[in-house]
Amino acid sequence: MKIPLYKLAHARAGDKGDTSMISVVAYRRADFPLLKEQLTTDQVARHFAPLSLSNVERYELPSLGALNFVLEGALAGGVTRSLARDAHGKTLSSCLLAFELDVPQPSDATRQDRDEGDVEQ
Amino acid sequence: MLNPHPERDFVRIGAGAGFSGDRIDPALELVVAGDIDYLVFECLAERTIALAQRARQLDPKRGYDPLLDARIRAVLPHCVERGVRIITNMGAANPEAAAARIVDLAREAGLNGLVVAAVTGDDVLSTVLSTDPVLIDRNRRVSDLGVENVISANAYIGAGPIVEALQQGAHIVVTGRVADPALFLAPLIFEFEWNMTDWTLLGRGTLVGHLLECAGQLTGGYFADPGLKDVPGLARLGFPFADVTADGHALFSKVKGSGGRIDPRTFKEQLLYEVSDPARYVTPDVCADFSNVGFQYFGGDKLRVVGAGGHAAPESYKVSIGYLDGFIGEGQISYCGHNAIRRGRLALDIVRQRLQTSACRFDELRYELIGVDAPYRTEPVDETQEVVEVRARAVARAATLADAEQIGIEIEGLYTNGPAGGGGVTRSASQVLAIESTLVPRSVVSPTISIAIS
Repeated sequence: MKIPLYKLAHARAGDKGDTSMISVVAYRRADFPLLKEQLTTDQVARHFAPLSLSNVERYELPSLGALNFVLEGALAGGVTRSLARDAHGKTLSSCLLAFELDVPQPSDATRQDRDEGDVEQ
Repeated sequence: MLNPHPERDFVRIGAGAGFSGDRIDPALELVVAGDIDYLVFECLAERTIALAQRARQLDPKRGYDPLLDARIRAVLPHCVERGVRIITNMGAANPEAAAARIVDLAREAGLNGLVVAAVTGDDVLSTVLSTDPVLIDRNRRVSDLGVENVISANAYIGAGPIVEALQQGAHIVVTGRVADPALFLAPLIFEFEWNMTDWTLLGRGTLVGHLLECAGQLTGGYFADPGLKDVPGLARLGFPFADVTADGHALFSKVKGSGGRIDPRTFKEQLLYEVSDPARYVTPDVCADFSNVGFQYFGGDKLRVVGAGGHAAPESYKVSIGYLDGFIGEGQISYCGHNAIRRGRLALDIVRQRLQTSACRFDELRYELIGVDAPYRTEPVDETQEVVEVRARAVARAATLADAEQIGIEIEGLYTNGPAGGGGVTRSASQVLAIESTLVPRSVVSPTISIAIS
């Protein structure tokens, strides 16, 4: 079955020039392998097909349960020249959280299992 | 002003602003109730300094942050009373004028004997124009922007000159373009006498700066998602401070009773904010490594951050170039209720046809329905869906102001000539101040410190 990414992860978008950086952080560490498997650079590029990205890079931070995406060419020329209303692409994080994941059974990390007590070092 | 906390084995640095227009009350709260040693105001976005350069061209006494008076007036007496030093990049395009203004404000408040340092030397406009370096993102040179269009070029300099200013006894250090984390790293280097080539310590201090530089974004701002990620008390969001020890590790918190939230989730989002490769976060001071950072969470809005590293600083400085890049004109109009999407589309079609047959020339045009497809980012829209409201928007880039203004004029014309029930037109047209980046060798930048006393 399909569930939206926002059930398992949260995200934040930032920008530099014509590049958007979007972090995706699993609420539960246990979901990280699933995110890693399905949120590939190809899939993310496909999700944002209308943006005609020039390149997508992904950095993995397993100790944080996080992926960091670098979307080049995402900002219609960049913050200072873009015709987009949201020239920074701040809203792109929410667009990415609509990504659909394939899961064997319903899963919702937003209501439980906070992992804030983790000591990660 | 003496060290307010000689008994502490840490330095407490507070984040007083995360951008030029940021709230002032959380900074005041940090000073009055946060028991901090340093207050840092980070107020300089990529484009801010180019705007400031234009202000300076019109009046040589201007070109610093427009909110400098308000921020300094609000906090200065309390900072002096408590021995809190201030570091800020509010100098923008004119740090010396900003320092002179701060001296005036101090005297007005009856605060004499304050040492105010201005750091200059980040302005590399003449070098960039004469050496014509290649731009970072595109296969072009500075001269391809049109020499007459280039109005500013500022190098991101490091912590060094701020450290020197503190060594000279500055109570307030005001800079122009400095790498944001360097504003926070500098007091750590000064207080703990860190070696400027101890890359691990500089990497750790840079992480502290990176986490603090957006102020409220670390304490629950830019984070809340009701029902998913709730944040208490956002209307009185507290800004963060960090207690940094000589080993560069830091315990983060905020003033008790302030709004917001500190926990691993807010920190993970900010750790990766505007970062590309977490193992290579490049500043003029160090190539920091955030890839092994870990958090120790104690509850009660207290969180310890450990594990950053670093490698040698780069050989060159990054430079932001501000240049005039034509004009952007825009117009918007709203449609509501049944068939709103189709009426919005009809409105945009009308504008498109009229602009096609006009004498105006546009380099780039964009038509969108805000509330439906404005981002054009994922799936195409179902046109038959019922929505409460859409806002039709047309926007274009043009070489002249007159052509750019025509966009808003055509949208406004829809009031009486367009689809049924169109209302709430807004229109604008303005000159574009764009930014490109390049690199210059370190040798061409020589920061200077000038001291003034109130």
